[in-house]
Amino acid sequence: MTVLTLRALEKHYGSIKAVDHVDLQLESGEFMAILGPSGSGKSTLMRMVAGLESPTAGDILVDGQSVVNVPPQHRNVAMVFQSFALYPHMTVRDNILFPLVSRKVPKHEHEARLNKATSMLGVEDLLDRRPNRLSGGQQQRVALARALVRDPDLFVFDEPLSALDAQIRSRARAELRELHDQTRITTLYVTHDQVEAMGLADRVAVINEGRLHQVGTPQELYNDPADLFVAGFIGNPPMNLIPINETTVAGIRPEDMLVDPEGDVSNVFIDLAVTIEHIEYLGSEWLAHGQAQSDADTHGQELHVIARLPASSHPDFVSGQKCRMVGQRKDVCLFDRASGKRQARAEVPA
Amino acid sequence: MLRKIGFYCGIGFLTLFSIVPLLWALVTVFKRDSDMYSVGTVPFFYNEPPTLDHLIFLFTESNFGLFVQNSAIVGIFVVLITMVLSIPAAFSLARLTGSWGERSGMAIFLVYLIPPSLLFIPMYQIVVWLGVANTIWSLVIVLPTITVPFCTWLLLGFFRSVPRSLDEAAMLDGCGQFTTFYRVLLPQVWPGIGACAVFAFSLSLGNYIYAATFITRSAARTISAGVPTELIRGDVFFWPELMAATLVVAIPLAVVYGLFFNYLVGGFRNAT
Amino acid sequence: MSTQQHSGVPQPRGRMGRLSAWLDQPKVLAWLMLGPAVLYVIAFVGFPFLLAIALSMSDATIGDPSLDKFVGLANFSAVMQTDAFQLALRNSLIVTAGTLALVLVLATLASELLVHSFRGKRLFQMIFILPWALPVSLTAIVWMWFLDSTFSPVDWVLVQLNLLGPGSVWGPFNHLYFLGREWLGLASVIVTDTWRMLPLATIIVLAGRMSIPEERFEQARIDGAGVFRILFRITLPALKPMLIVAILFTGLLVIGEMSLVQLLTRGGPGHSTQVLPYWAYLKGIQGGSLAQGAAITLFLFPFLLVASVLALRAAYRSQEA
Repeated sequence: MTVLTLRALEKHYGSIKAVDHVDLQLESGEFMAILGPSGSGKSTLMRMVAGLESPTAGDILVDGQSVVNVPPQHRNVAMVFQSFALYPHMTVRDNILFPLVSRKVPKHEHEARLNKATSMLGVEDLLDRRPNRLSGGQQQRVALARALVRDPDLFVFDEPLSALDAQIRSRARAELRELHDQTRITTLYVTHDQVEAMGLADRVAVINEGRLHQVGTPQELYNDPADLFVAGFIGNPPMNLIPINETTVAGIRPEDMLVDPEGDVSNVFIDLAVTIEHIEYLGSEWLAHGQAQSDADTHGQELHVIARLPASSHPDFVSGQKCRMVGQRKDVCLFDRASGKRQARAEVPA
Repeated sequence: MLRKIGFYCGIGFLTLFSIVPLLWALVTVFKRDSDMYSVGTVPFFYNEPPTLDHLIFLFTESNFGLFVQNSAIVGIFVVLITMVLSIPAAFSLARLTGSWGERSGMAIFLVYLIPPSLLFIPMYQIVVWLGVANTIWSLVIVLPTITVPFCTWLLLGFFRSVPRSLDEAAMLDGCGQFTTFYRVLLPQVWPGIGACAVFAFSLSLGNYIYAATFITRSAARTISAGVPTELIRGDVFFWPELMAATLVVAIPLAVVYGLFFNYLVGGFRNAT
Repeated sequence: MSTQQHSGVPQPRGRMGRLSAWLDQPKVLAWLMLGPAVLYVIAFVGFPFLLAIALSMSDATIGDPSLDKFVGLANFSAVMQTDAFQLALRNSLIVTAGTLALVLVLATLASELLVHSFRGKRLFQMIFILPWALPVSLTAIVWMWFLDSTFSPVDWVLVQLNLLGPGSVWGPFNHLYFLGREWLGLASVIVTDTWRMLPLATIIVLAGRMSIPEERFEQARIDGAGVFRILFRITLPALKPMLIVAILFTGLLVIGEMSLVQLLTRGGPGHSTQVLPYWAYLKGIQGGSLAQGAAITLFLFPFLLVASVLALRAAYRSQEA
């Protein structure tokens, strides 16, 4: 069981700060996802943990001991690569045993460890095949078995599901989580896919342009985004961000937008006159895309808003139709326009 | 349809261009002298029964057997020296030396720019100083100057084509830099090494300028310098023997090179 | 689940362990692995190169190879004033340029064919690569016999076609004497050089051709481009870097080769088909004037250097673009 601590970690490439002053702590047995768009620095962060890159500044601690100067072969970090990086010239058996052979683990332990890892992942029947004869899903399991066989202190995943076909991805996701629940190895999981991050992780760290924006449980990220970036990144579609005055932007989830509400609505905070652009049917729900009319509400800017409606509502909008979209005070998050930071509720102007 | 005709016309033309002079050579090998030197007969046919005399002469009465042996020894040593020097160098440039190693392709090319025709005169002096003039060892020492830069450059491409995630996986699995090299990277580039060995062998075999300059003793000559000097005596050309010597060398090598054709293409594809 | 504390590889212990750990550092290992090749190249390319420069400015001969007398550029000016040198320089440039032109056209054609798969491709590859399997001197001998003054089958075929012989276009003799005449001799050298360089050049160009994505050609065909438009607007621009590499390889191998001329024409008649490397060999080794031979070989180097650097930069630039 391992605690991983990153302290003021920085990585610069010339004048570019790929990772900019990151502080992060993974508790023992925790599954933490690092979520960010491509180029956000999430891979660099992960590679520093694995020892493949050395930090420009800051410290990486495993159970309180700095590992910054320890080369990767002496860190007990197991990594699953996006491409799986199986050794093409070795059989599956030799691939899985390779970490034991390289680390000079006594030979008599090999068989038992191999059996344990392969049975956990169900790859016992593939042992004599070469990696190029395996499907994507099988390659992924072999890569996991190779990572698991040596009881690593830390698991590091680099988008391990992105090379898989869409059909098997959700099953692989469930299996990954089950595997973690069985082994309870502290895990750092890097992805740009918020469905993976939110669905798998105990906590998610959102990173952009090298900076951590928020660390929290999936619920916290969704309900209480810490700043405009997280608000605009989490959720599909993400929050509607509506400027309400010179200093403040209001964020509201599409499902909280009320379209042409009947009767009185209490605590109305946002009230927009919207021209419907088009309606998207997604099976379980409808998405109504609209253009808020340029008036005082939007400060002369065009504003795209989305409302999510339940499938049962059978909306009968047509393009160009006018309607009213309303947000209640309790559903709104307010952000400071200049800094992007969340404003405390108390500061809300009436 | 037109495309297809054009395609096979192209194939046909290139085949003929490559093979006609050698077919002519092949016909000559088995011709009797009187048939070969007769005017007015169709030169492509055997107007008198074919003979093996010239082949027999080549292997029994001339030093050709020795030349083949010398060329083979030189070739094997040159390939070995080349591999020992250029495989580690290429790995080092591909993986260890960082950004300037990535740009080293051009610098290697500049070494290649100093061709034998520029160096053979001072090289002759060095060979004399080293006391290996007139022996095949002079070639073993000097010919890697041609093959080492070239093979390093080609191998650099092969090493670069191996995904870096493979090295990284190996390091995380507990390998050091050197173990990563020989346990994981080297097995990926075996075909490339094969292609380079073939290339180095052919460059070593084909070199004439050093072979002709350093070695004047017939028994120490290699094929490239020995055949012309041994089988051309002043104005007397032993044509069928010369043609036989050519084909005996060319055909087996062409088969080997043909098998490595795609790897050679792959080598250049990666190298640039 | 792990009961071990940090089961990573134990840190190296003992003197040997520490030594091998020190050697395994990327920076140390880089030089350890690169060093032998670099030292070899310095000793056997760099040193002789400097020696060539020193020789070219001395009065060294085979009989007296010491570098005791510095004569400056006297050897260069002495050599440059001879007719033989000027002819050799001219011919070296003509042969190289002619060979490059032929080789590039044929290699582009061959790569266009070889990029497709067809029945018997393996056999075709073996036949196609045959010329390259020959040592140059043997290539020269094959072509000498093929173009023989009396028994050349080419002459015979031309006579049968009534293109040669008394009363025909190229008459009145029954033979063209390919290797005995100035321009036919040079043309023969060019064709022979093309024959031996084509396989290598094709391999290089084909490497570039295979890197062009097939979609680009399909898109061009959909856009209505014909064969020639595709060749000039799509294929050749994409091949440019590899064509430059092919030019460099072919050009350097052709301009530095002496055995073709030595065997085919012996530089004659007179010096009319002389080339620089053979002239240097005649002067420096056979004639014994090491100094003048070195001056002849060095003459082209600055030009080759500038041309190659420019070409390589162009290749890299067009590749990055």
